[in-house]
Amino acid sequence: MKARAFSYFRAATIDQALDAHARAGDDARFIAGGQSLVPALSLRLQAPRLLIDITHIEELRGVRREGGYLRIGALTRHCEMLSEPLIAEFAPLLHAAAPFVAHPAIRNRGTFGGSVALADPASEFPAMTLALDAEIEIAGPSGSRRVKADDFFVELFETALQPGELITAIYVPLFKADQRFAFDELARRRGDYALVGCGMLATCTGERIDDIRISFFSVGNTPTRVKGAEATLIGSRLDAERIAAAQAALEGDLAPPDSDDVPPAMRLHLARVLLGRLLGRLGEGA
Amino acid sequence: MSAPLTSLDRPNSYIGRSVPRPNAKRLLVGRGRYVSDLRLPRMLDAAFLRSPHAHAKIVAINTEQARALEGVHLVATGEDLAKICTPWTGTLDHFKGMTSAPQLPLPLDRVVWAGQAVVAVVAESRAIAEDALELIEIDYEDLPVVVDIDRAREAGGPLINPGSVNNTCFRAQLDNGAVDDAFAHAAHVVEEEFSFGRHTAVTLEPRAIVSDYDPAADALTVHHATQTPYQFQDLYSRHYGIPEARVRVIATDIGGSFGMKLHVYHEDMAVVGLSILLGRPVKYVADRIESFVSDIHARDHRVRARMALDAKGEILAMDVLDLTAIGAFSTYPRTSVVEGNQVIRLMGAPYRFKNYRATLEVIFQNKVQTSQYRAVGHPIACAVTERLVDMAAAKVGLDPFAIRAQNVIADDAYPQTSPTGYRFEALSHQACLKRLHEMMGYEALRAEQADLRERGIYRGIGIAAFVEITNPSPAFYGVGGARISSQDGAILSLTPSGEIRCLISVTEQGQGTEAIISQIVADQLGLAQEHVKVITGDTEVTPHGGATWACRGAGIGGETALQATRVLKRNILEIAALILQEQPSALDIIDGEVVDAVTRNQRMPISEIARIAYFRSDTLPPGTQAQLTVSHHFAPQGYPFAFTNGIQGCSLEVDVETGFIKVLKHFIVEDCGRVINPMLVDEQLRGGIVQGLGAALFEECRYSETGQLMNGSLADYLVPMPMEMPDIVIGHVETPTADTVLGAKGVGEAGTAAASACVLNAVNDALTPFGATINSIPITPTKVLKALKRF
Amino acid sequence: MSGFDETLLDDADETVRVRFVVNGRKVACEVAPRETLVDCLRNALELTGTHAGCEMGACGACLVQLDGRAVHSCLMFAVQADGAKINTIEGLTESGVIADLQAEFHHRNALQCGFCTPGMLVNAHELLSQIARPSRDEIRDALSGNYCRCTGYEAIVDAIDAVAKARKESGGGT
Repeated sequence: MKARAFSYFRAATIDQALDAHARAGDDARFIAGGQSLVPALSLRLQAPRLLIDITHIEELRGVRREGGYLRIGALTRHCEMLSEPLIAEFAPLLHAAAPFVAHPAIRNRGTFGGSVALADPASEFPAMTLALDAEIEIAGPSGSRRVKADDFFVELFETALQPGELITAIYVPLFKADQRFAFDELARRRGDYALVGCGMLATCTGERIDDIRISFFSVGNTPTRVKGAEATLIGSRLDAERIAAAQAALEGDLAPPDSDDVPPAMRLHLARVLLGRLLGRLGEGA
Repeated sequence: MSAPLTSLDRPNSYIGRSVPRPNAKRLLVGRGRYVSDLRLPRMLDAAFLRSPHAHAKIVAINTEQARALEGVHLVATGEDLAKICTPWTGTLDHFKGMTSAPQLPLPLDRVVWAGQAVVAVVAESRAIAEDALELIEIDYEDLPVVVDIDRAREAGGPLINPGSVNNTCFRAQLDNGAVDDAFAHAAHVVEEEFSFGRHTAVTLEPRAIVSDYDPAADALTVHHATQTPYQFQDLYSRHYGIPEARVRVIATDIGGSFGMKLHVYHEDMAVVGLSILLGRPVKYVADRIESFVSDIHARDHRVRARMALDAKGEILAMDVLDLTAIGAFSTYPRTSVVEGNQVIRLMGAPYRFKNYRATLEVIFQNKVQTSQYRAVGHPIACAVTERLVDMAAAKVGLDPFAIRAQNVIADDAYPQTSPTGYRFEALSHQACLKRLHEMMGYEALRAEQADLRERGIYRGIGIAAFVEITNPSPAFYGVGGARISSQDGAILSLTPSGEIRCLISVTEQGQGTEAIISQIVADQLGLAQEHVKVITGDTEVTPHGGATWACRGAGIGGETALQATRVLKRNILEIAALILQEQPSALDIIDGEVVDAVTRNQRMPISEIARIAYFRSDTLPPGTQAQLTVSHHFAPQGYPFAFTNGIQGCSLEVDVETGFIKVLKHFIVEDCGRVINPMLVDEQLRGGIVQGLGAALFEECRYSETGQLMNGSLADYLVPMPMEMPDIVIGHVETPTADTVLGAKGVGEAGTAAASACVLNAVNDALTPFGATINSIPITPTKVLKALKRF
Repeated sequence: MSGFDETLLDDADETVRVRFVVNGRKVACEVAPRETLVDCLRNALELTGTHAGCEMGACGACLVQLDGRAVHSCLMFAVQADGAKINTIEGLTESGVIADLQAEFHHRNALQCGFCTPGMLVNAHELLSQIARPSRDEIRDALSGNYCRCTGYEAIVDAIDAVAKARKESGGGT
């Protein structure tokens, strides 16, 4: 289980990284935390000619407020989601999700940008960018752009990122006083990929939900917003009847894939249970 | 029942004392010496190209490009190794009628499971060897794949081994008493079909071997991470035609074994051949992905069983059919039928009943082979028996404790012979049951369960009694023709400075063999444990013996050390008596000093005896030849096995909406005879229980219809991890065996034997209000939700 | 300003020189880019106390301290660690910072085969530097990625718990 040979380049700037990628004929991979990429290389599932280390690029670091957003640099490590006060205050959903991301030593290396770029449908953070209505800042040969999370996740491990592009930061709208959030997942063992996971962010007036974004992971080929369920909740109070309606709506929102140990119907059932529990908590959090 | 006091119980005895393991300190500071750490001069690394097909004909192999790659020293196929290695067959004579095809290190013309090694590459690094694997082309022609056990048993279906009449490896029947009659007249009959998933050992250090052949001396040294170096010395010698005395197997520190590292693996045998072909050291360490597809798996049983009871709940009879699928070969040299054999013989073991019938069918299929892994057969026999007992209790209207109290063999009724043919010397089910009941706070647990149920929280309480096989005699393997020793040997010396050096054939895998041997030697000789050095695991220096398997280290190895020490002590006292002009019987040794046996007054240190014997023998009386090194062997006699017993309990909670199970607390009362080191015994129990809990809730090798292992990585195969495992409460009852002076029996399997049965009973207990039942292991959320009809 | 030299692409398996501070000493070694940190530590630097159990970050046997934090040395290439400070079990032992943990593990037999032990100790050390008096659940959570097949974990949890308590009582800890 040893990687195929590759060349290694440590980029000091975004431009250097992009340039190296282009000059390797795009037969290259950017590496940040590497917590998913290294095993893929060791298993020879991937074998680029060139590995471009972006972890020393200063521009990709740091968490700061920028207008109505929290700008979270792509290199922000999972453990910083737990330790960084700005995240706890302005993106508490990420703070709540972080302890569920793998194990402490993985969180010490893994990066937010790397997780979103990989877009593993079973990962916590990509799905949370959907719930947060985050924007993903991308640098590429043709310049920089920002893509809404809603438009970012395309297919299984496929995103709006074009070859040679990399994520520089994720912009998360600042958490407000009239908002509530909830997160949980059902994983067999602590730190495992969940059978089903879910995070949500609601804007409320008193008991009424004015807006809500609910995002699931481990339910399909991409992180998935459940717009049908959201629609049943918007403009309503969170009572048992509404919660049941939202749970019922999941059938139209989700089409879980078949896997050898978790049948689709079971995953849908678990999604309903989890949604019910989280909406219950959201209600209690008033 | 507790043991009568003997000399082993005297004050300050090392026997029965929780002393830390001296050899653990190295491991704590990163100074372990595992085979995977070893680098020898001129050593090369091997890697294997594996079959992607579960069953296929090898049409052609093209290795040209791989051979040409810079850094590659050898590319070897089945034919290359078949020229120097004789084939082996995994059968034993006492399993009448069993068959298995001959095996070679690498296949000649056919692959029989997905993951089977086909071509070996030896290169300057593992990475280069893997580069070369990518350059090898193999043409395969698919053959019909037999994965499912029912398909394998179909008449006229595809055959795994050409030329055989069916896919049956072995069939056995036991029939004792009037079973049909008992069932016909029973007041109650309970019946169920059970399934037990395949799982595997997942030692943290994967299999590792460094083979170093010296052509000049025709001598082979194999550094092998194994439990059984002598067995491999014999096998390498015979299959490669090297005289036994010129084959040396060294087993140093080993990162876990649990029975998995005592079987012949094709890659390991190949590596020996590769080093012979190259005349250089060759190393192979399985990576984790390879481990999952090439280490032995275990279990994979489907059992149909019924139990007959009278109106009061007395067990009258059991009737059992065990089907098990073992892969394409029977494993060498211990076979793959021992587990099934133990399943049908351990059924109902704790209970008093007369009528028993069982059929065992062992079937070939296109998967990696199964064989002995910790608690061989026990968890299956235990789960089937104990679940049937719980079902019977519900039917008769008895509490699980009550039905067991009524049916276990009474503690004063031994010796007993079980209806399956096992002879029990002395067990303590009644004492263990009583103790567990107290330890669990059973009544309070039941009350709490009832309260919580009212609030929609579903807890389950399960118990499971078990009998464990330990201290095996030659009846286990020797009678079947396997050259696997059931005796052990020790060589004990008084060193010139008055310390003791003990070379012994039992081996250390972390369970504390070296620690308990040093405790026994220190205790029996009369000196401090730190003055005893124990050396294990090198066929060149340690005497031939069985080594470590089937819970024999403490019972057989310990007795060997005890007897050897007594001989050495006698020799030391003889010399002391000459020097002191006393009778040897008037002297004793305490804390390294020869003392007056009656007054305990110090006479002289044993270091002084050593000094005189080694350096001033001229001062001893003429004709005296001090024998300060003794060699001694011990083979178990009397009962063919020393059976142990115990009972486990478990409290857990089932989330009936998600199917998730949280084990809250686990309990065990265990009787392994004389306890030498209580801390190490408790650690064996805890570790064993957690392996059983893994099997109960998480672990399963899942295969696709085409015979591909679907979850063969440590991310996908769920081993028990810290967060999900409970704290474990332990109690002991001590019933020493009278077959040895030491009285110790084994303890390694006890935890694993009944943990899964306990969980199975507890989950079913939790699901009682829903009328749902589960009789399949592992108990996954999917199975729970299916049973509850939640999707 | 590119910084990227295309000739690099032609010698993928050529070794490059990396420098780290390993266990307090400056070290330079030649590694192929594809060589993982765990292989480099074990082979080139002969620090075999760090173990490879799964090579995919699922077992915790290979944990080392990198710039003060526990990381899987199987989940990074040695070249990525160029310039980093690395402490392995050998260095943590020499500096004495985990001596109490090691003594308590020994005293309670919180290890059998010992293969997981260095990783357990690295993680336990990090936990206690972050939370002075963790609960048993917090200890189990911190070890949730450290696999041990032998002990059943309880003695490991007990040992860490006891050390946390002792450090607290002696006024140490953070």
